[in-house]
Amino acid sequence: MAKANNDVVITGVGIVTCQGVGAAAHVEILGGARAPALKIETERFAPYPVHPMPDIDWNQQIPKRGDQRQMENWQRLGVFTAGLALDDAGFKDDAEACGTMDMIVAAGGGERDIAVDSLIVDEGLKRNDRERLLNEKLTTELRPTLFLAQLSNLLAGNISIVHKVTGSSRTFMGEEAAGISAIETAFHRIRSDQSTHTLVGSALVAERQDVILLYEAIGAHATGGWTPLWSRDEKAGGGIVTGTAAAFLVLESRAHAEARGARIYATIDAIGGDRGPRDEGRLEARLERLADGAAAGAGTVVFSGASGQHGVTAREKAWLDTRFSGSPVRGFSAVTGQALEAQFPLGLAIAALTLGADVKVAPFDTTAEAAMTAAAKSAVVTTVGHARGEGVAILSAEK
Amino acid sequence: MTKAAYRDHLGRPIVAVTGMGVITSLGQGLKDNWTALVGGVSGIHGITRFPVDGLNTRISGTVDFIELPVENPVERSYAYARETADEALAQAGLSGDFGGPLFLAAPPIEPDWRDRFALADRAPPSQRPGDAYDRFLAVLREKAEPALHEAWAFGAISERLADRFGTRGLPVTLSTACASGATAIQLGVEAIRQGRTDRALTIGTDGSVTAEALIRFALLSALSTQNDPPTKASKPFSKDRDGFVIAEGAATLVLESLESAVARGAKVLGILKGCGEKADHFHRTRSSPDGGPAIATIRAALEDAGIDESGIGYINAHGTSTPENDKMEYLSMSTVFGDTLANIPVSSNKSMIGHTLTAAGAVEAVFSIQTMLTGTLPPTINYTNPDPAIVLDVVPNVKRDARVSAVLSNSFGFGGQNASLVMTAEPA
Repeated sequence: MAKANNDVVITGVGIVTCQGVGAAAHVEILGGARAPALKIETERFAPYPVHPMPDIDWNQQIPKRGDQRQMENWQRLGVFTAGLALDDAGFKDDAEACGTMDMIVAAGGGERDIAVDSLIVDEGLKRNDRERLLNEKLTTELRPTLFLAQLSNLLAGNISIVHKVTGSSRTFMGEEAAGISAIETAFHRIRSDQSTHTLVGSALVAERQDVILLYEAIGAHATGGWTPLWSRDEKAGGGIVTGTAAAFLVLESRAHAEARGARIYATIDAIGGDRGPRDEGRLEARLERLADGAAAGAGTVVFSGASGQHGVTAREKAWLDTRFSGSPVRGFSAVTGQALEAQFPLGLAIAALTLGADVKVAPFDTTAEAAMTAAAKSAVVTTVGHARGEGVAILSAEK
Repeated sequence: MTKAAYRDHLGRPIVAVTGMGVITSLGQGLKDNWTALVGGVSGIHGITRFPVDGLNTRISGTVDFIELPVENPVERSYAYARETADEALAQAGLSGDFGGPLFLAAPPIEPDWRDRFALADRAPPSQRPGDAYDRFLAVLREKAEPALHEAWAFGAISERLADRFGTRGLPVTLSTACASGATAIQLGVEAIRQGRTDRALTIGTDGSVTAEALIRFALLSALSTQNDPPTKASKPFSKDRDGFVIAEGAATLVLESLESAVARGAKVLGILKGCGEKADHFHRTRSSPDGGPAIATIRAALEDAGIDESGIGYINAHGTSTPENDKMEYLSMSTVFGDTLANIPVSSNKSMIGHTLTAAGAVEAVFSIQTMLTGTLPPTINYTNPDPAIVLDVVPNVKRDARVSAVLSNSFGFGGQNASLVMTAEPA
């Protein structure tokens, strides 16, 4: 594809998964001779396996203890990873660039106080005036700061405070689709000169019972031990293994990036999202339309965000095997876990690092994924939401 | 009209408003709301939805007249959005699949306590303190409850709206706190300017007044505690203002490229001329003391609209009635408009409808357009004790007839959120 000034290029990647912290660590993992070792926590949230947060030194990106205290882990993880992306793009201490930088964050809600919630429902079991009980307990037990730690738009708010990103600040909500729309919106704004540089991303802390609860309302979370993504145990829960993960990208117009001599990981050629009923081949028809224009074959690597959920994961795999016949597929939830709002940004981060570093990614699942014979020239990222929403992005290498 | 007439000063498609719908505590529909609003009627009342025993704030602007299948904030927020979208699409003369994107400002709703209590009732007994979620999960492993998933998933409201109105693509559900309604409109304007669509459905809705929401805002000392009488509590720009009054509502605006609106013979109600935003890094709940980000936001909106300060005939203020907001908003307006501010009427709808939070930017955009359409400025009521540090023509207590051709509407929120819209009358 011919290069254009308003191409949307990725110039910064912030990434945290159970596998490690930062772009360099993940390039090493992606370029390794074999898939990274499984990092899974099966005890703390038993019977639910989750990919845990790696060791993080918050001070590296959130220097003020006061700021750290104002947040819980979800916001800390997002703010930390946003800082990694800014660092990686060379914008970290560039007040002018951050002051004009746009921002779109895909967010869920922050941590509830499980102890207070438990206290209230336990007391409620003994009383028949539950509404009055609520007033009593919430008034005395809720910490004012926790409200702010729970508010969806306060992840972005904290990024503004800690990293001084203040061009604009928008928060999108709605599970996987929020992550898709966030990048899609940033892409179109840059394409049409409404923005020159945008920070976009998301974070999920999976090690939260209030997050697992959402999946379990439709019986979607896997139980027991970890089983391979493409062949999850049908008898052990709903198939999804969640993972604590965060991904932020710095997107720029090519003109903006080149003017400052920025390193370009990859260009986003196309991106789209859609939704609707999934029966009778409608899911596959939408994916087909969203993937329009993507080349198949050995030069294209597919980073599938398949969650492991029974049913749709097998359907996505079958569609990929046909549409991207000859392209190696990597189901990244196998090594990171599924990251809800952060899933699509995470896929783009992994794709950008892979294309930027020119690496061959070893199969994450040798029984279901083929080896890469050469480094890829282009990448396709998919995300199929656990309840709704699908997104596809097509990226090409810079060189 | 020539093609050039459909483009703005930067060569972008001009964005028209062709349909509006609104619900507030004053009533359902633009007609009833407007009658009450220009009549200086307050919709603020004592809370009856839940007991208020022991609470310092016992008043709100809840919407209590919409029928719901189940009582919870998701159903409320959906129902308000649906009703206003029905009204707006009817006014726009659109039926069948909408065929453009949906941008929905919706509150970040926490799971409802009734659901937690219901799960606890069915759960095995507690084994140790703090294990309620282990028990909830045990109940759901036994039997999934898809209705709970839809009550907890943030994408559930826009999903239902997308199905009902046949919008295109992935709907965007957004939150920029109390600026959300304005951000939804801004996203719609941007999409049309990008040439990705000829029309966009933009909705702000908030049906999230619950005990927990009220208590959370109260713990931040954000709410008025002047409960008696409720109608007098919200008093923007007054000396004795002591916080906002939490409220509910929704508004829908059908946005369309002017060219497409004219081509199909739609009535143009107003023009969404410019949008501005700027985030604040000062504090989680407080604005920069110098008003810098709010000033930059207003200036960005004027610049985007291609209008200078002298072009604005009326300002629909954020005007929450908190000590901090009104002071900061005045500082930012006086910095941008200088001496001419004295000649610009500035009123706050929140004196009558309270703070509709996520919906406020959209509700107030509808009222801004209606101000131009009717030539009537809604008043700021309860203005009997002016704050001497805020020298404004607030259209005190009684509506005023005035032809206005350009309106600025401000929205500011927690988390450093600032957004302003410039709307103009239909081009002659």
